[in-house]
Amino acid sequence: MNAVKNIFLYVVAVFFLILMGYPFIFVLFTSFKTPMEYMMNVWALPKTISIENYIKVLQPYFLRYFLNSIVVSSCTVAIVIFIASMASYAFARMHFRWNKVLFTLFVAGMMIPAHTTLIPIYVLINRLGLFDSLPGLMGPYTSFSLPVAIFIMTGFFKEVPKELEEAALMDGCSHWVIFRKIMFPLSTPAIATTGIYNFLYTWNEFIYALVLINSPSIKTLPLGIREFYGMEAVNIPGVITAILVGSLPVLIFYFLAQERVINGLVSGAVKG
Amino acid sequence: MNTSSMKRVNKLNIAGTVFLFIFPAALVYCLFNVFGVAMTFYYSTLKWTGIGTSMQYIGLLNFLKLVKDPMLWHSLKNNLILVIVSISVQLPLGLMLALLLTSKIKGTKFLRTIYFMPMLLSTVATGILWSLFYDPNFGLLNFFLEHIGLASLKSGWLGSEKTAMTAVLITICWQYTPMYMILMKAGLTNIPEELYESARIDGATGNKAFWHITLPLLSDTIKISAVLSLVGSLKYFDLTYVMTGGGPNGATELMATYMYKKGFVEFNMGYGSAIAAFMFLVALTITSTVQYITRRRSF
Repeated sequence: MNAVKNIFLYVVAVFFLILMGYPFIFVLFTSFKTPMEYMMNVWALPKTISIENYIKVLQPYFLRYFLNSIVVSSCTVAIVIFIASMASYAFARMHFRWNKVLFTLFVAGMMIPAHTTLIPIYVLINRLGLFDSLPGLMGPYTSFSLPVAIFIMTGFFKEVPKELEEAALMDGCSHWVIFRKIMFPLSTPAIATTGIYNFLYTWNEFIYALVLINSPSIKTLPLGIREFYGMEAVNIPGVITAILVGSLPVLIFYFLAQERVINGLVSGAVKG
Repeated sequence: MNTSSMKRVNKLNIAGTVFLFIFPAALVYCLFNVFGVAMTFYYSTLKWTGIGTSMQYIGLLNFLKLVKDPMLWHSLKNNLILVIVSISVQLPLGLMLALLLTSKIKGTKFLRTIYFMPMLLSTVATGILWSLFYDPNFGLLNFFLEHIGLASLKSGWLGSEKTAMTAVLITICWQYTPMYMILMKAGLTNIPEELYESARIDGATGNKAFWHITLPLLSDTIKISAVLSLVGSLKYFDLTYVMTGGGPNGATELMATYMYKKGFVEFNMGYGSAIAAFMFLVALTITSTVQYITRRRSF
Protein backbone atom coordinates (compact mmCIF):
# COMPACT_ATOMS: atom_id res chain seq x y z
CA MET A 1 0.00 0.00 0.00
CA ASN A 2 2.72 2.37 1.01
CA ALA A 3 4.82 1.46 -2.00
CA VAL A 4 1.88 2.12 -4.31
CA LYS A 5 1.30 5.47 -2.65
CA ASN A 6 4.96 6.35 -3.04
CA ILE A 7 4.99 5.47 -6.71
CA PHE A 8 1.90 7.60 -7.18
CA LEU A 9 3.60 10.54 -5.43
CA TYR A 10 6.68 10.21 -7.62
CA VAL A 11 4.57 10.11 -10.75
CA VAL A 12 2.80 13.31 -9.71
CA ALA A 13 6.12 14.90 -8.77
CA VAL A 14 7.66 14.10 -12.14
CA PHE A 15 4.58 15.26 -14.01
CA PHE A 16 4.78 18.70 -12.40
CA LEU A 17 8.54 18.72 -12.75
CA ILE A 18 8.04 18.50 -16.51
CA LEU A 19 5.19 21.01 -16.51
CA MET A 20 7.04 23.64 -14.50
CA GLY A 21 10.61 22.92 -15.53
CA TYR A 22 10.46 21.84 -19.15
CA PRO A 23 9.69 25.33 -20.52
CA PHE A 24 12.99 26.50 -19.04
CA ILE A 25 14.96 23.63 -20.61
CA PHE A 26 13.15 24.30 -23.86
CA VAL A 27 14.21 27.95 -23.66
CA LEU A 28 17.83 26.99 -23.01
CA PHE A 29 18.01 24.52 -25.91
CA THR A 30 16.16 26.73 -28.35
CA SER A 31 18.49 29.62 -27.66
CA PHE A 32 21.29 27.63 -29.32
CA LYS A 33 19.31 26.77 -32.44
CA THR A 34 19.07 28.53 -35.76
CA PRO A 35 15.57 29.52 -36.95
CA MET A 36 15.82 26.85 -39.67
CA GLU A 37 16.70 24.16 -37.19
CA TYR A 38 13.83 25.22 -34.94
CA MET A 39 11.25 25.08 -37.70
CA MET A 40 12.37 21.62 -38.80
CA ASN A 41 11.93 20.15 -35.38
CA VAL A 42 10.61 22.23 -32.53
CA TRP A 43 11.86 20.16 -29.64
CA ALA A 44 14.91 18.36 -30.95
CA LEU A 45 18.21 19.04 -29.22
CA PRO A 46 20.37 21.62 -30.98
CA LYS A 47 22.73 19.88 -33.40
CA THR A 48 25.45 22.42 -32.96
CA ILE A 49 25.81 25.14 -30.38
CA SER A 50 25.08 28.28 -32.33
CA ILE A 51 25.67 31.52 -30.47
CA GLU A 52 24.19 33.57 -33.30
CA ASN A 53 21.08 34.34 -31.26
CA TYR A 54 23.12 35.66 -28.39
CA ILE A 55 25.06 37.91 -30.74
CA LYS A 56 21.78 39.18 -32.14
CA VAL A 57 20.35 39.86 -28.68
CA LEU A 58 23.42 41.34 -27.04
CA GLN A 59 23.40 44.47 -29.16
CA PRO A 60 23.87 47.95 -27.70
CA TYR A 61 20.14 48.76 -27.82
CA PHE A 62 19.26 45.62 -25.89
CA LEU A 63 21.95 46.26 -23.31
CA ARG A 64 20.45 49.71 -22.99
CA TYR A 65 17.15 48.15 -21.85
CA PHE A 66 19.14 46.21 -19.33
CA LEU A 67 20.87 49.29 -18.02
CA ASN A 68 17.56 51.19 -17.81
CA SER A 69 15.98 48.38 -15.84
CA ILE A 70 18.92 48.22 -13.47
CA VAL A 71 18.80 51.98 -12.88
CA VAL A 72 15.04 52.11 -12.33
CA SER A 73 14.94 49.04 -10.09
CA SER A 74 17.90 49.93 -7.90
CA CYS A 75 16.90 53.57 -7.46
CA THR A 76 13.32 52.61 -6.64
CA VAL A 77 14.44 49.99 -4.13
CA ALA A 78 16.83 52.43 -2.46
CA ILE A 79 14.18 55.15 -2.17
CA VAL A 80 11.51 52.72 -0.97
CA ILE A 81 13.74 51.24 1.71
CA PHE A 82 14.79 54.65 2.92
CA ILE A 83 11.41 56.36 3.18
CA ALA A 84 9.43 53.24 4.11
CA SER A 85 11.78 52.35 6.97
CA MET A 86 11.54 55.89 8.33
CA ALA A 87 7.75 55.85 8.26
CA SER A 88 7.72 52.33 9.71
CA TYR A 89 9.93 53.44 12.56
CA ALA A 90 7.40 56.12 13.44
CA PHE A 91 4.50 53.67 13.18
CA ALA A 92 6.26 51.04 15.27
CA ARG A 93 7.79 53.21 17.95
CA MET A 94 6.14 56.61 18.32
CA HIS A 95 2.89 57.30 20.08
CA PHE A 96 0.74 59.81 18.30
CA ARG A 97 -2.94 60.15 17.75
CA TRP A 98 -3.17 59.32 14.05
CA ASN A 99 -0.77 56.40 14.20
CA LYS A 100 -3.29 53.64 13.53
CA VAL A 101 -5.34 55.62 11.04
CA LEU A 102 -2.35 56.62 8.95
CA PHE A 103 -0.91 53.13 9.06
CA THR A 104 -4.22 51.66 7.90
CA LEU A 105 -4.40 54.24 5.13
CA PHE A 106 -0.98 53.21 3.86
CA VAL A 107 -1.66 49.51 4.10
CA ALA A 108 -5.07 49.86 2.45
CA GLY A 109 -3.10 50.76 -0.67
CA MET A 110 -2.40 47.04 -1.10
CA MET A 111 -6.07 46.36 -1.69
CA ILE A 112 -6.44 49.02 -4.36
CA PRO A 113 -5.87 47.68 -7.84
CA ALA A 114 -2.96 49.87 -8.95
CA HIS A 115 -4.21 49.92 -12.52
CA THR A 116 -7.15 52.12 -11.62
CA THR A 117 -4.74 55.04 -11.25
CA LEU A 118 -3.15 54.53 -14.65
CA ILE A 119 -4.81 57.48 -16.43
CA PRO A 120 -4.33 60.07 -13.64
CA ILE A 121 -0.70 59.08 -13.24
CA TYR A 122 -0.13 59.33 -16.97
CA VAL A 123 -1.57 62.85 -16.87
CA LEU A 124 0.36 63.78 -13.73
CA ILE A 125 3.70 62.53 -15.03
CA ASN A 126 3.10 64.51 -18.23
CA ARG A 127 2.35 67.69 -16.28
CA LEU A 128 5.44 67.20 -14.13
CA GLY A 129 7.46 67.03 -17.33
CA LEU A 130 8.65 63.53 -16.47
CA PHE A 131 7.01 61.71 -19.36
CA ASP A 132 9.40 59.41 -21.22
CA SER A 133 12.07 59.52 -18.51
CA LEU A 134 13.34 57.01 -15.97
CA PRO A 135 12.52 59.21 -12.93
CA GLY A 136 8.95 59.32 -14.24
CA LEU A 137 8.78 55.57 -13.62
CA MET A 138 10.44 55.69 -10.22
CA GLY A 139 7.73 57.89 -8.69
CA PRO A 140 4.77 55.57 -9.29
CA TYR A 141 6.88 52.46 -8.65
CA THR A 142 7.95 53.85 -5.29
CA SER A 143 4.41 54.75 -4.39
CA PHE A 144 3.02 51.32 -5.26
CA SER A 145 5.80 49.63 -3.32
CA LEU A 146 5.21 51.62 -0.13
CA PRO A 147 2.19 49.75 1.30
CA VAL A 148 3.89 46.34 1.28
CA ALA A 149 7.22 47.78 2.42
CA ILE A 150 5.67 49.67 5.33
CA PHE A 151 3.61 46.67 6.28
CA ILE A 152 6.61 44.33 6.40
CA MET A 153 8.95 46.77 8.11
CA THR A 154 6.51 48.01 10.74
CA GLY A 155 5.78 44.40 11.64
CA PHE A 156 9.48 43.73 11.93
CA PHE A 157 10.32 46.87 13.93
CA LYS A 158 7.63 46.03 16.46
CA GLU A 159 9.38 42.73 17.18
CA VAL A 160 12.76 44.33 17.88
CA PRO A 161 13.34 44.47 21.66
CA LYS A 162 13.04 47.99 23.04
CA GLU A 163 15.79 47.89 25.70
CA LEU A 164 18.58 49.08 23.44
CA GLU A 165 16.66 52.13 22.29
CA GLU A 166 15.41 52.99 25.74
CA ALA A 167 18.99 53.10 26.95
CA ALA A 168 19.92 55.27 23.99
CA LEU A 169 16.98 57.59 24.62
CA MET A 170 18.14 57.92 28.24
CA ASP A 171 21.55 58.91 26.98
CA GLY A 172 19.86 61.69 25.05
CA CYS A 173 20.05 60.24 21.57
CA SER A 174 17.46 61.61 19.16
CA HIS A 175 15.00 59.39 17.31
CA TRP A 176 16.97 60.02 14.16
CA VAL A 177 20.18 58.67 15.67
CA ILE A 178 18.37 55.68 17.16
CA PHE A 179 16.76 54.94 13.82
CA ARG A 180 20.00 55.24 11.90
CA LYS A 181 22.40 53.61 14.36
CA ILE A 182 20.23 50.96 16.01
CA MET A 183 17.02 50.18 14.19
CA PHE A 184 18.23 50.26 10.61
CA PRO A 185 21.28 48.02 11.14
CA LEU A 186 19.16 45.54 13.11
CA SER A 187 16.62 45.23 10.32
CA THR A 188 18.64 43.63 7.57
CA PRO A 189 16.23 40.66 7.24
CA ALA A 190 13.24 42.96 6.72
CA ILE A 191 15.24 45.19 4.39
CA ALA A 192 16.32 42.18 2.34
CA THR A 193 12.75 40.91 2.07
CA THR A 194 11.40 44.31 1.06
CA GLY A 195 14.29 44.94 -1.29
CA ILE A 196 13.98 41.63 -3.13
CA TYR A 197 10.23 41.92 -3.51
CA ASN A 198 10.39 45.46 -4.80
CA PHE A 199 13.31 44.76 -7.07
CA LEU A 200 11.46 41.92 -8.76
CA TYR A 201 8.29 43.98 -8.97
CA THR A 202 10.01 46.90 -10.69
CA TRP A 203 12.19 44.63 -12.82
CA ASN A 204 9.12 42.91 -14.23
CA GLU A 205 6.62 45.79 -14.21
CA PHE A 206 4.98 46.35 -17.54
CA ILE A 207 1.80 48.44 -17.76
CA TYR A 208 3.09 51.70 -16.29
CA ALA A 209 6.27 51.45 -18.33
CA LEU A 210 4.13 50.87 -21.42
CA VAL A 211 2.19 54.06 -20.79
CA LEU A 212 4.91 56.33 -19.42
CA ILE A 213 7.80 55.49 -21.74
CA ASN A 214 8.02 56.15 -25.43
CA SER A 215 11.61 56.43 -26.71
CA PRO A 216 13.51 53.21 -27.38
CA SER A 217 16.52 54.47 -25.45
CA ILE A 218 14.46 54.82 -22.24
CA LYS A 219 12.65 51.49 -22.42
CA THR A 220 12.99 48.95 -19.65
CA LEU A 221 13.51 45.24 -20.24
CA PRO A 222 9.86 44.07 -20.37
CA LEU A 223 9.14 46.73 -22.99
CA GLY A 224 12.36 45.89 -24.79
CA ILE A 225 11.65 42.18 -24.90
CA ARG A 226 8.22 42.89 -26.28
CA GLU A 227 9.67 45.19 -28.90
CA PHE A 228 12.19 42.54 -29.87
CA TYR A 229 9.31 40.08 -30.19
CA GLY A 230 7.51 42.50 -32.48
CA MET A 231 10.54 43.01 -34.71
CA GLU A 232 11.79 39.44 -34.82
CA ALA A 233 8.51 37.54 -34.66
CA VAL A 234 9.65 35.03 -37.30
CA ASN A 235 12.93 34.38 -35.56
CA ILE A 236 11.53 32.33 -32.69
CA PRO A 237 14.92 31.21 -31.31
CA GLY A 238 16.01 34.85 -31.27
CA VAL A 239 12.94 35.90 -29.28
CA ILE A 240 13.45 33.03 -26.86
CA THR A 241 17.07 34.04 -26.38
CA ALA A 242 15.95 37.58 -25.58
CA ILE A 243 13.57 36.19 -22.95
CA LEU A 244 16.35 34.07 -21.47
CA VAL A 245 18.89 36.88 -21.37
CA GLY A 246 16.34 39.26 -19.85
CA SER A 247 15.44 36.77 -17.13
CA LEU A 248 18.98 35.63 -16.43
CA PRO A 249 19.82 38.10 -13.63
CA VAL A 250 16.77 37.04 -11.65
CA LEU A 251 17.37 33.35 -12.31
CA ILE A 252 21.02 33.56 -11.26
CA PHE A 253 20.10 35.47 -8.14
CA TYR A 254 17.45 32.84 -7.40
CA PHE A 255 19.92 29.99 -7.60
CA LEU A 256 22.37 31.85 -5.35
CA ALA A 257 19.89 32.93 -2.69
CA GLN A 258 16.84 30.75 -3.15
CA GLU A 259 15.44 30.99 0.38
CA ARG A 260 15.68 34.76 0.39
CA VAL A 261 14.04 35.15 -3.01
CA ILE A 262 11.15 32.82 -2.22
CA ASN A 263 10.70 34.42 1.17
CA GLY A 264 10.84 37.92 -0.30
CA LEU A 265 8.38 37.20 -3.09
CA VAL A 266 5.88 35.42 -0.90
CA SER A 267 5.89 37.71 2.11
CA GLY A 268 5.67 40.66 -0.23
CA ALA A 269 2.64 39.12 -1.85
CA VAL A 270 0.90 38.09 1.35
CA LYS A 271 0.64 41.60 2.69
CA GLY A 272 -2.26 41.61 5.17
CA MET B 1 8.78 78.52 31.41
CA ASN B 2 6.11 76.75 33.43
CA THR B 3 5.48 73.03 33.17
CA SER B 4 2.43 73.23 30.94
CA SER B 5 4.15 75.23 28.28
CA MET B 6 7.13 72.90 28.52
CA LYS B 7 4.79 70.01 27.92
CA ARG B 8 3.42 71.80 24.90
CA VAL B 9 6.89 72.35 23.51
CA ASN B 10 7.60 68.69 24.11
CA LYS B 11 4.43 67.70 22.30
CA LEU B 12 5.27 69.92 19.37
CA ASN B 13 8.69 68.34 19.31
CA ILE B 14 7.23 64.85 19.08
CA ALA B 15 4.75 65.98 16.46
CA GLY B 16 7.66 67.45 14.50
CA THR B 17 9.66 64.23 14.73
CA VAL B 18 6.67 62.12 13.67
CA PHE B 19 6.09 64.48 10.78
CA LEU B 20 9.70 64.29 9.61
CA PHE B 21 9.71 60.51 9.69
CA ILE B 22 6.42 60.02 7.90
CA PHE B 23 6.42 62.99 5.54
CA PRO B 24 8.54 61.58 2.67
CA ALA B 25 6.51 58.38 2.41
CA ALA B 26 3.22 60.23 2.85
CA LEU B 27 4.11 62.75 0.16
CA VAL B 28 4.89 60.11 -2.47
CA TYR B 29 1.90 57.98 -1.47
CA CYS B 30 -0.51 60.90 -1.62
CA LEU B 31 0.88 62.17 -4.91
CA PHE B 32 0.35 58.89 -6.74
CA ASN B 33 -1.95 56.50 -4.87
CA VAL B 34 -4.40 58.79 -3.08
CA PHE B 35 -4.44 61.54 -5.67
CA GLY B 36 -4.58 58.92 -8.42
CA VAL B 37 -7.73 57.30 -7.09
CA ALA B 38 -9.38 60.66 -6.48
CA MET B 39 -8.53 61.94 -9.95
CA THR B 40 -9.82 58.75 -11.56
CA PHE B 41 -13.26 59.64 -10.23
CA TYR B 42 -12.89 63.27 -11.28
CA TYR B 43 -11.76 62.43 -14.82
CA SER B 44 -14.62 59.98 -15.16
CA THR B 45 -16.98 62.96 -15.26
CA LEU B 46 -15.19 64.54 -18.22
CA LYS B 47 -15.25 64.28 -21.94
CA TRP B 48 -11.57 64.53 -22.61
CA THR B 49 -8.91 63.15 -24.95
CA GLY B 50 -6.17 63.35 -22.34
CA ILE B 51 -4.08 65.58 -24.54
CA GLY B 52 -4.80 69.28 -24.67
CA THR B 53 -7.06 71.24 -22.40
CA SER B 54 -10.45 70.83 -23.97
CA MET B 55 -12.09 69.17 -20.99
CA GLN B 56 -15.82 69.18 -20.87
CA TYR B 57 -17.74 68.36 -17.72
CA ILE B 58 -20.47 65.89 -18.58
CA GLY B 59 -21.49 64.64 -15.13
CA LEU B 60 -22.44 60.97 -15.01
CA LEU B 61 -22.85 60.64 -18.76
CA ASN B 62 -19.81 58.36 -19.04
CA PHE B 63 -21.29 56.04 -16.44
CA LEU B 64 -24.69 56.02 -18.11
CA LYS B 65 -22.97 55.01 -21.31
CA LEU B 66 -20.83 52.51 -19.45
CA VAL B 67 -23.65 50.49 -17.91
CA LYS B 68 -25.13 50.06 -21.38
CA ASP B 69 -21.80 49.03 -22.88
CA PRO B 70 -21.93 45.27 -23.60
CA MET B 71 -18.10 45.14 -23.77
CA LEU B 72 -17.86 46.27 -20.15
CA TRP B 73 -20.09 43.46 -18.91
CA HIS B 74 -18.33 41.02 -21.15
CA SER B 75 -14.94 42.00 -19.72
CA LEU B 76 -16.31 41.92 -16.17
CA LYS B 77 -17.54 38.41 -16.88
CA ASN B 78 -14.06 37.45 -18.09
CA ASN B 79 -12.57 38.93 -14.93
CA LEU B 80 -14.97 36.87 -12.81
CA ILE B 81 -14.11 33.73 -14.77
CA LEU B 82 -10.50 34.52 -14.03
CA VAL B 83 -11.30 34.91 -10.32
CA ILE B 84 -13.16 31.61 -10.18
CA VAL B 85 -10.55 29.68 -12.14
CA SER B 86 -7.71 31.18 -10.13
CA ILE B 87 -9.29 30.21 -6.82
CA SER B 88 -10.57 26.82 -7.87
CA VAL B 89 -7.47 25.70 -9.79
CA GLN B 90 -4.43 27.51 -8.39
CA LEU B 91 -5.29 27.07 -4.71
CA PRO B 92 -6.03 23.31 -4.80
CA LEU B 93 -3.04 22.71 -7.09
CA GLY B 94 -0.86 24.79 -4.80
CA LEU B 95 -2.05 22.79 -1.81
CA MET B 96 -1.43 19.54 -3.63
CA LEU B 97 2.13 20.54 -4.51
CA ALA B 98 2.69 21.74 -0.94
CA LEU B 99 1.53 18.36 0.38
CA LEU B 100 3.89 16.72 -2.08
CA LEU B 101 6.77 18.86 -0.85
CA THR B 102 6.05 18.01 2.78
CA SER B 103 5.60 14.29 2.04
CA LYS B 104 8.30 11.74 2.66
CA ILE B 105 9.47 11.33 -0.93
CA LYS B 106 13.07 12.07 -1.82
CA GLY B 107 14.29 15.23 -3.48
CA THR B 108 11.63 17.63 -2.21
CA LYS B 109 14.16 20.44 -2.06
CA PHE B 110 15.02 20.00 -5.72
CA LEU B 111 11.34 19.79 -6.60
CA ARG B 112 10.62 23.04 -4.79
CA THR B 113 13.46 24.78 -6.62
CA ILE B 114 12.03 23.83 -9.99
CA TYR B 115 8.34 24.25 -9.12
CA PHE B 116 8.90 27.84 -8.04
CA MET B 117 10.67 28.90 -11.22
CA PRO B 118 7.63 30.14 -13.21
CA MET B 119 7.22 32.90 -10.60
CA LEU B 120 10.59 34.36 -11.58
CA LEU B 121 9.78 35.20 -15.18
CA SER B 122 8.27 38.57 -15.91
CA THR B 123 4.71 38.43 -17.17
CA VAL B 124 5.89 39.75 -20.51
CA ALA B 125 8.41 36.91 -20.81
CA THR B 126 5.80 34.34 -19.74
CA GLY B 127 3.27 35.77 -22.15
CA ILE B 128 5.59 35.70 -25.15
CA LEU B 129 6.90 32.25 -24.28
CA TRP B 130 3.43 30.75 -24.05
CA SER B 131 2.31 32.56 -27.20
CA LEU B 132 5.13 30.74 -28.91
CA PHE B 133 3.99 27.43 -27.38
CA TYR B 134 0.50 28.03 -28.74
CA ASP B 135 1.75 29.16 -32.15
CA PRO B 136 -0.32 27.46 -34.88
CA ASN B 137 2.62 26.66 -37.16
CA PHE B 138 5.68 26.24 -34.97
CA GLY B 139 4.20 25.92 -31.50
CA LEU B 140 5.24 23.27 -29.05
CA LEU B 141 1.65 22.29 -28.31
CA ASN B 142 0.67 21.53 -31.91
CA PHE B 143 3.96 19.78 -32.44
CA PHE B 144 3.28 17.60 -29.43
CA LEU B 145 -0.25 16.78 -30.58
CA GLU B 146 1.05 15.76 -33.98
CA HIS B 147 3.63 13.47 -32.40
CA ILE B 148 1.15 11.59 -30.27
CA GLY B 149 -1.11 11.10 -33.26
CA LEU B 150 -3.68 13.74 -32.47
CA ALA B 151 -2.85 16.00 -35.40
CA SER B 152 -6.55 16.56 -35.97
CA LEU B 153 -6.71 18.57 -32.74
CA LYS B 154 -4.09 21.06 -33.93
CA SER B 155 -5.35 24.60 -33.70
CA GLY B 156 -4.40 28.25 -33.58
CA TRP B 157 -5.09 28.30 -29.86
CA LEU B 158 -4.85 32.04 -29.26
CA GLY B 159 -6.44 32.98 -32.55
CA SER B 160 -9.70 31.19 -31.97
CA GLU B 161 -12.49 32.75 -29.92
CA LYS B 162 -13.32 29.35 -28.47
CA THR B 163 -9.90 28.47 -27.09
CA ALA B 164 -8.18 31.82 -26.47
CA MET B 165 -9.52 32.38 -22.96
CA THR B 166 -8.72 28.83 -21.84
CA ALA B 167 -5.22 29.13 -23.29
CA VAL B 168 -4.64 32.35 -21.37
CA LEU B 169 -6.09 30.87 -18.17
CA ILE B 170 -3.76 27.88 -18.36
CA THR B 171 -0.80 30.23 -18.68
CA ILE B 172 -1.96 32.26 -15.67
CA CYS B 173 -2.28 29.09 -13.59
CA TRP B 174 1.20 28.01 -14.65
CA GLN B 175 2.57 31.35 -13.58
CA TYR B 176 0.89 31.75 -10.19
CA THR B 177 0.39 28.27 -8.77
CA PRO B 178 3.96 28.24 -7.35
CA MET B 179 3.14 31.17 -5.11
CA TYR B 180 0.18 29.38 -3.56
CA MET B 181 2.34 26.29 -3.22
CA ILE B 182 4.81 28.22 -1.06
CA LEU B 183 2.03 29.87 0.96
CA MET B 184 0.34 26.53 1.58
CA LYS B 185 3.63 24.91 2.47
CA ALA B 186 4.30 27.60 5.06
CA GLY B 187 0.81 26.96 6.45
CA LEU B 188 1.40 23.21 6.53
CA THR B 189 4.69 23.48 8.42
CA ASN B 190 2.88 25.49 11.09
CA ILE B 191 0.60 22.58 11.92
CA PRO B 192 2.14 20.78 14.90
CA GLU B 193 3.15 17.18 14.21
CA GLU B 194 1.64 16.08 17.57
CA LEU B 195 -1.85 16.70 16.24
CA TYR B 196 -1.34 14.08 13.55
CA GLU B 197 0.19 11.71 16.07
CA SER B 198 -2.71 11.89 18.48
CA ALA B 199 -5.11 11.60 15.56
CA ARG B 200 -3.28 8.46 14.49
CA ILE B 201 -3.83 6.95 17.90
CA ASP B 202 -7.52 7.69 17.50
CA GLY B 203 -7.41 5.93 14.17
CA ALA B 204 -7.61 9.00 11.96
CA THR B 205 -5.02 8.85 9.22
CA GLY B 206 -4.78 9.73 5.56
CA ASN B 207 -7.94 11.25 4.20
CA LYS B 208 -9.59 11.66 7.58
CA ALA B 209 -6.61 13.51 9.00
CA PHE B 210 -6.55 15.73 5.92
CA TRP B 211 -10.21 16.79 6.19
CA HIS B 212 -10.27 17.11 9.98
CA ILE B 213 -6.84 18.50 10.79
CA THR B 214 -5.02 19.84 7.74
CA LEU B 215 -7.84 21.74 6.07
CA PRO B 216 -9.34 23.41 9.17
CA LEU B 217 -5.92 24.48 10.40
CA LEU B 218 -5.06 25.83 6.96
CA SER B 219 -8.19 27.99 6.81
CA ASP B 220 -6.26 31.21 7.49
CA THR B 221 -3.73 30.45 4.78
CA ILE B 222 -6.50 29.54 2.38
CA LYS B 223 -8.35 32.75 3.16
CA ILE B 224 -5.25 34.88 2.57
CA SER B 225 -4.56 33.03 -0.67
CA ALA B 226 -8.13 33.51 -1.84
CA VAL B 227 -8.11 37.26 -1.16
CA LEU B 228 -4.74 37.56 -2.85
CA SER B 229 -5.93 35.71 -5.88
CA LEU B 230 -9.12 37.79 -5.94
CA VAL B 231 -7.35 41.15 -5.88
CA GLY B 232 -4.85 39.96 -8.48
CA SER B 233 -7.51 38.57 -10.81
CA LEU B 234 -9.68 41.68 -10.78
CA LYS B 235 -6.88 43.95 -11.94
CA TYR B 236 -5.27 41.51 -14.33
CA PHE B 237 -3.72 43.11 -17.40
CA ASP B 238 -0.23 42.19 -18.56
CA LEU B 239 -0.60 38.66 -19.77
CA THR B 240 -3.74 39.11 -21.84
CA TYR B 241 -2.32 42.30 -23.26
CA VAL B 242 0.85 40.55 -24.37
CA MET B 243 -0.75 37.31 -25.55
CA THR B 244 -3.97 38.40 -27.23
CA GLY B 245 -4.45 42.14 -26.70
CA GLY B 246 -7.95 41.29 -25.50
CA GLY B 247 -8.85 39.56 -28.71
CA PRO B 248 -9.80 37.71 -30.77
CA ASN B 249 -12.96 39.75 -31.07
CA GLY B 250 -12.97 40.57 -27.36
CA ALA B 251 -12.81 36.93 -26.26
CA THR B 252 -10.12 37.65 -23.65
CA GLU B 253 -10.97 41.28 -22.93
CA LEU B 254 -10.58 42.18 -19.26
CA MET B 255 -11.65 45.38 -17.50
CA ALA B 256 -8.05 46.62 -17.37
CA THR B 257 -7.32 45.90 -21.04
CA TYR B 258 -10.60 47.54 -21.99
CA MET B 259 -9.70 50.61 -19.95
CA TYR B 260 -6.31 50.75 -21.63
CA LYS B 261 -7.90 50.48 -25.04
CA LYS B 262 -10.40 53.28 -24.39
CA GLY B 263 -7.86 55.58 -22.74
CA PHE B 264 -4.64 55.04 -24.64
CA VAL B 265 -5.68 53.66 -28.01
CA GLU B 266 -8.89 55.58 -28.64
CA PHE B 267 -7.80 58.55 -26.47
CA ASN B 268 -11.08 58.72 -24.66
CA MET B 269 -9.62 59.39 -21.22
CA GLY B 270 -12.93 60.32 -19.63
CA TYR B 271 -14.53 57.05 -20.60
CA GLY B 272 -11.38 55.12 -19.73
CA SER B 273 -11.44 56.72 -16.27
CA ALA B 274 -15.05 55.69 -15.85
CA ILE B 275 -14.00 52.08 -16.53
CA ALA B 276 -11.17 52.47 -14.01
CA ALA B 277 -13.57 53.88 -11.42
CA PHE B 278 -15.91 50.97 -12.07
CA MET B 279 -12.98 48.55 -11.63
CA PHE B 280 -12.10 50.22 -8.37
CA LEU B 281 -15.65 49.93 -7.04
CA VAL B 282 -15.99 46.30 -8.14
CA ALA B 283 -12.69 45.37 -6.50
CA LEU B 284 -13.58 47.24 -3.32
CA THR B 285 -17.04 45.67 -3.07
CA ILE B 286 -15.95 42.11 -3.75
CA THR B 287 -12.84 42.26 -1.56
CA SER B 288 -14.61 43.75 1.43
CA THR B 289 -17.53 41.34 1.09
CA VAL B 290 -15.17 38.38 1.05
CA GLN B 291 -13.22 39.77 3.98
CA TYR B 292 -16.46 40.27 5.90
CA ILE B 293 -17.85 36.81 5.19
CA THR B 294 -14.65 34.95 5.97
CA ARG B 295 -14.09 36.96 9.12
CA ARG B 296 -17.52 36.01 10.41
CA ARG B 297 -17.05 32.39 9.63
CA SER B 298 -13.70 32.05 11.35
CA PHE B 299 -15.12 33.20 14.70
